[in-house]
Amino acid sequence: MAQKITIEPVTRVEGHGKVTIHLDDNHQVTESRLHIVEFRGFERFVCGRPFWEAPVLVQRLCGICPVSHHLAAAKAMDMLVGAGDGNGLTPVAEKMRRLMHYGQIFQSHVLHFFHLASPDLLFGIDADPAQRNVIGVIMEHTELAKQAVLMRKYGQEIIAATAGKKIHGTGAVPGGINKNLSLEDRDAFLNGINGNPDLSADKMIKWAEAAIALLLDYHSSHTEFLDGFAAFPSNHLSLVRPDGALDLYHGVIRAVDPEGKRIVNDVDSRDYLEVVEEEVRSWSYMKFPYIKELGPKKGWYRVGPLARLNVCDFIPSPKAQAAFEQFRAYTKGKPNSMSMHYHWARLIETLHAAEVMKELLLDPDLQGTDLVTKGERCGEGIGLLEAPRGTLFHHYQVNEQDLITMCNLIVSTTNNNEPMNRAVNAAAVAQMTGKAEITEPMMNAVEVAIRAYDPCLSCATHAMGQMPLEVTLYDAAGAVLDQQRKGM
Amino acid sequence: MSETIETSSEIITLTIDGQEIQAAAGQTILQAAQKNGIYIPTLCALHATKENGLESDIAPGTCRICTVKVNGRTMAACTTPVAQGFVVENDTEELNDLRKTIVELLFVEGNHFCPSCEKSGSCDLQALAYRYQMLSPRFRYAFSSREVNAESPKLLFDRNRCILCRRCVLAIRTEDGKQLFGFTKRGDKSGIIMDEELVKNISEEQAQQAMHICPVGAIIRKEKGFDTPFGQRKYDQNPIGSETVCTTCNGEKS
Repeated sequence: MAQKITIEPVTRVEGHGKVTIHLDDNHQVTESRLHIVEFRGFERFVCGRPFWEAPVLVQRLCGICPVSHHLAAAKAMDMLVGAGDGNGLTPVAEKMRRLMHYGQIFQSHVLHFFHLASPDLLFGIDADPAQRNVIGVIMEHTELAKQAVLMRKYGQEIIAATAGKKIHGTGAVPGGINKNLSLEDRDAFLNGINGNPDLSADKMIKWAEAAIALLLDYHSSHTEFLDGFAAFPSNHLSLVRPDGALDLYHGVIRAVDPEGKRIVNDVDSRDYLEVVEEEVRSWSYMKFPYIKELGPKKGWYRVGPLARLNVCDFIPSPKAQAAFEQFRAYTKGKPNSMSMHYHWARLIETLHAAEVMKELLLDPDLQGTDLVTKGERCGEGIGLLEAPRGTLFHHYQVNEQDLITMCNLIVSTTNNNEPMNRAVNAAAVAQMTGKAEITEPMMNAVEVAIRAYDPCLSCATHAMGQMPLEVTLYDAAGAVLDQQRKGM
Repeated sequence: MSETIETSSEIITLTIDGQEIQAAAGQTILQAAQKNGIYIPTLCALHATKENGLESDIAPGTCRICTVKVNGRTMAACTTPVAQGFVVENDTEELNDLRKTIVELLFVEGNHFCPSCEKSGSCDLQALAYRYQMLSPRFRYAFSSREVNAESPKLLFDRNRCILCRRCVLAIRTEDGKQLFGFTKRGDKSGIIMDEELVKNISEEQAQQAMHICPVGAIIRKEKGFDTPFGQRKYDQNPIGSETVCTTCNGEKS
């Protein structure tokens, strides 16, 4: 008898989602879907507001990566006020924004790996849920947990010093930034916040290197799991610096196919509508973007750390570059399509962010006083950047009275919608085919596949396994055959 | 109802919260309190300073946040002249709860989205909400449908945030004394209208003054959003009510 399994909500991700897995009469998985059940509406309710509010308003999309939305919107506003497209700001404004952004990348990646993902890796995806959570990590791996807390704190303090607050700051303004970095802050970040050497730039680099070593050590003993779990070929898309370097703040749009062939060749970010289109499906509030030229069937792509390392040619910081070369060598230079390797790529980016932050802190431009640039006003602004979870598109049109008339946001997780659905299906096929009984580890396996993408479905974090989880079996007629609940 | 205050040299003695103070005849309770370093909250009344460019204090008496008890009766401190022997209650649990209620009503009546407001951190209404520890309003939101007027090249008038305090009506005028803002309609239909022709030609200084005088984020200088970083906004260092009050200027422009 055909069945439908529902996992709702998905836990240890940012926001609320629901998974349904459809089984046929022989308990074979026929279809899997990740439903995004929240409606946000930011694109509509920013309309009618003055354009300079946008960077502050749209960052309320998220409490984990508000900086990314703040900066993407600010980049769009730069265009509006005639401050160029990622190249017209004063050095202090551009570098302060970059410092803010790399602080954001650093803290978000650390949060994801240690807080959300590490319980699965350290204890196993089938471990007791009572242990498989961040409290379990603190109890069993105390030193690692302390490092994670301090690393995240460092990134958050960088954000506070550049944006004014750790969450929902106001640092970036149309055409620039509203403050520079004080010498006192600079010295604290270089030598240790509040005199604590564990909160210094060098310690962040050292701990980021250690995190990569930890993952590689885990990989050596769990190769089959990390390489095979929810792995499938895909296209990959990200911004890169025009010379091919990894650049998380600004660049041109590039995409490669599963073989590494360039399918979007360094397109100006202002021309994003020539590259991507979005499809709407009836069962989800989240759209499905795809590369326009390839169409929805073949044009879907992954974004985020894995995609970025598949797309770029090199990383412009030495330690991360060395780690990148090892990463690339593992797939012999071809794009890496193993979903669980998102974690590896994420940690390489964490190291890169730590290196970039130190480099920026040593740059005297951060103490400059020329904060804002303006030029000829226009009616349209487009801002793209690489958020922790992937490419972020912000597009606004403004009328002559300075009020926003159109807004289009393609957020990172939207870009990963199709891949996450495929990852769910791959996990479901592996875990549930032929099984008549649902177990907690099966459900968690599906979540692990989603979690690898670090999806941000909204602003809520459910980190301690306390969120209710419901799995329901339906027959073909929709009658409930079985129901499992936890945390309810 | 007085809008500007005339004072004389006659000395009046009164008490506020048990403290005996002296004031000039013709001063309001609010002015007497300010002169003696006693805080009474205001949203519509405004003391003239160099910063706000006012020639004299204004006291429209519209918001009633300054309500005190005078010899047991509730009165607006900004419109009630002092009199010999007044016993004024000000900083009491009952009155502060009443003030909190007024703040809550102002929040539910408009559409104040503080997080995206340029005036956040420098907003008197928001600062009073913090002072009276408003966590969430006791009343249902009205979700009023309000317009944003962005026709002026220099000013944005966001009616969603307007609390009808009347400061702009009284304070913002052209050099030849014409009003730029005025009241329209009555009761819950009341609103502020702008003389669009006059506002179109407003000077840079007047635009800045209009934004400064507005106690909330209803009048915003265009294209200047969020250029004051956290830590440097009006109430970042000291909450409202903790400012040092001039006790030696005798109410003159400081």
